[in-house]
Amino acid sequence: MSATSTTASAPTIIRIEPSQGWFSLNLAELWEYRELLYFLVWRDIKVRYKQTVLGVAWVVIQPLATAAIFAFIFGRLASLPSGGVPYLVFVFAALLPWQLFAGALARAGTSLVNSANLLTKVYFPRLLVPLAAIVSGLVDFAVSFVILGGLMVWYRVPPSWNLLTLPLFVLLALLAALGTGLFLSALNVQYRDVQQAIPFLVQAWMFLSPVVYSEELIPAGTVRFLYNLNPLTGVVQGFRWALFGAAPPTVITLVSGVLVVLVVLAGLVYFKRVEDTFADVV
Amino acid sequence: MSDIVVRAQGLSKRYQIGASRLAYRTLRETLSQAPEASLRRIKSLVTPSHGPDKAKNLIWAVRNLSFEVTRGEVLGIIGRNGAGKSTLFKLLSRITRPTEGWAEVSGRVSSLLEVGTGFHPELTGRENIYLNGAILGMRKVEIGRKFDEIVAFAEVEKFIDTPVKHYSSGMFVRLAFSVAAHLEPDILIIDEVLSVGDAAFQQKCLGKMDEGRRGGRTVLFVSHNMGAVRRLCTSVLWLERGECRAVGRTEYVVGAYESTVLGLNQGAAASVALPGAGSPDAPGHGLRLHFLSEDRQPRSRFSLGEPWCVWFDFEIVRPVKHLIAALALTRLDGSPIQTIWSAPSDLSPGCYRGEYPITLPLAETELTVAVGLSSFERGFYDANGAGHVTITAEGARVAPLRSSSCGVLFSTSRPAIFGIGAAPDGAGKV
Repeated sequence: MSATSTTASAPTIIRIEPSQGWFSLNLAELWEYRELLYFLVWRDIKVRYKQTVLGVAWVVIQPLATAAIFAFIFGRLASLPSGGVPYLVFVFAALLPWQLFAGALARAGTSLVNSANLLTKVYFPRLLVPLAAIVSGLVDFAVSFVILGGLMVWYRVPPSWNLLTLPLFVLLALLAALGTGLFLSALNVQYRDVQQAIPFLVQAWMFLSPVVYSEELIPAGTVRFLYNLNPLTGVVQGFRWALFGAAPPTVITLVSGVLVVLVVLAGLVYFKRVEDTFADVV
Repeated sequence: MSDIVVRAQGLSKRYQIGASRLAYRTLRETLSQAPEASLRRIKSLVTPSHGPDKAKNLIWAVRNLSFEVTRGEVLGIIGRNGAGKSTLFKLLSRITRPTEGWAEVSGRVSSLLEVGTGFHPELTGRENIYLNGAILGMRKVEIGRKFDEIVAFAEVEKFIDTPVKHYSSGMFVRLAFSVAAHLEPDILIIDEVLSVGDAAFQQKCLGKMDEGRRGGRTVLFVSHNMGAVRRLCTSVLWLERGECRAVGRTEYVVGAYESTVLGLNQGAAASVALPGAGSPDAPGHGLRLHFLSEDRQPRSRFSLGEPWCVWFDFEIVRPVKHLIAALALTRLDGSPIQTIWSAPSDLSPGCYRGEYPITLPLAETELTVAVGLSSFERGFYDANGAGHVTITAEGARVAPLRSSSCGVLFSTSRPAIFGIGAAPDGAGKV
C-alpha cells in the first residue's frame, strides 16, 4: 500500500491492491501516525494502574520485592558472589533492564491478539501495536530507576561517569525486545501456542542472563562465549558496569548488538510480510 | 467538479474456509499436517488441476467489483447477509487486502464499521474521546478543538470524567457515535450505525450526515433499512454473493432489490395466479396474469422498444353489464405509468381473457402490474402488485436513453416548432 501525495493541496490517493513485493516499510506513514502511537502508549499506562489501591506504587513494589527475594535466596542462602556490591543493589541493577525487556517482550508478544478488535475495524500501521507495547514499559523503568538511585545512596555505592552510557544499554534491551516481539506477536496471530510459551520463554531467558547471579559463575571458553552472545548478558553487564564499576561488557556484546539489529530487521520483514493477513486470521 | 473519489476495478477478495482455516491454527496442527500439505503442494505443481476439494474451501466474498463514486455522492450498499458488503468496506478502509483487482481512494477515509472501536471501559469519557479520536484518525489538536462539541452532541457533560464502564449503554453509544460524527473525512464509510440511540438521537445523527453531505463529503452507507437508503442515498450498489447485481439510481436499484429479494410479489414469474374474489357477492374475480413476448413466449423480462403483452384471465360467476377489465403499470416507488381499459362489455358467466399490448421504448424500469374489474365504473375486484416485469436495455431495439430524467412513456405526437418574432422583454435574458 503506497500513499503518494502529488502536491501539497491535492488529496492523497491511496491505492488498494493485492500485496506486492516482499518488503515495504513506509516510514512516512509511520510518522503520520505518531500521535496514535502516543495515545496507545498512554492508554497502556493509564489502564495498567486503574482501579488499583496502590496505583503507581506497584511500579516500585514489584521490582523491590522481587529483588529482595532474589537477594535473600542467592545472596544469603546460596552466598553467591556479587563483586563486593550489596546483593540487593547487585540484583536490582540487573532487574531494572531485565523487567523492561521482559515486560516489553511479553506485552508485545500478545499485543496484536489483544488488539484484535482494532485490527478488524480500523486501518492504521499495524507496527504501532507492538511498538506501543514496548515503549509503554519505559515509564515503569524510569520510576524504578529513581528507586535504584535511592538504594545506591543508602548503600553508599559511588556512581561513575560510565552512567552516561546507560541509554545505549537501554536501547539494546528495547531492540532485543522489539526484534523478538515482532516475531512473537505476528506468530501469535496465527498460532496461539505462542502466548502459552511466552512466560516460559521469558523465565528461561532470565536464567540464561546474569540477572540474579554474577556471570563469573559461567565457565570460561565456548560456553562463556555463547553466553555472552545473549544480548541481555551485555545489557546487564553494561548496567552493573555503568552503575557501580563492575567488570565492563566484553567485545562480544558488540557482536550481539549487531545480531540484535539483524533480528529487528528480520522481524520487520516478517511482520510486514504477514501483516496484511492479520485482520483475516486474528 | 465531478471528480471521482473512489474507483474500483475488478476488486475481488477470496477467503479460505473450512475447518483448518476457520479457527486459528495451533502449531501442532500445522506441523502434523505439514508433510501432507507439502505433498499436496508438490502434486499440484505436477498436475495443476483445481480439485473439487480445493474449490470447496475457497469462497469469493467479493468478486470482480468495478464502480466509481463521485465527490459528494451518498452511495448505499445493499444486499442480503453474506453478500459481501462488510468485506467491501474492509477492503476500502484498508483493513484487509484484495486478492485481485484494485481500488483507488482519494482523500482521508474514515470507516465506522462499529461505533466505539477502541473504547476502553476503564478510561473516562474524556480519555476515551481522545483515544478513540486518535484511533479513528484525528489529530490531537483537532480533538481538542472539537471536544466541547463532541460532549454536547453526546449529551454526557455530567459524566465526562466517569469511567465509561459506568455509562448506560445508551450513553456509551451516544458518546461513541458523537466522536465518529465529528470526524471530517473526505470519505465516510458507515455500516448500520444509524440504528443507535433513541429516536431523537437518530434524528440528530441523520442531520449530521446530511450536513456532511452538503459539505461535499462522500458517504458509503450500508444498511438493511430501505427507508433510510431511499432517504439518504443518491445511488445504490446491490451486491449478491459478492458480485454486483445492480448499480445505479436509488429508486431503481432499491425497487428491484425489494421486489426480488424481499419477495413483494411472485417475482419474475411469467404467469401469476391472482387472488380470489374480495366479497362473495361479487359478480366475478381474477384468475391469472400472463406476460408474453411478441411471439407468444411467456417471459417477464423485455427489452426497450420490444412489444409485449399481458393476458388478464378472469371468471364471471353472475351476469354483468358494462364490464371493464383494467390494467395499470406502476413503478416500484408507486408512481403509476400507464392505465389501460378494455372496451365495456356485457358478459354472461364463464371465463374470459383481456389482452393488453404494451411497448415501453424509453427508460429501463421495474414495473408492477395491477388489474381490476368494474361494472358501470364501480369496481368489484382489484389486485395490486400482482405481477412483476423488468424492462431492460439488453437487446434493445432502440438505443437506450440513459438520461435519468427520461420518462417511461413514448409520445407518438411530434410537436411543431414555429417562429414567434422577437423575444418578449425580460424572457431568456439574464
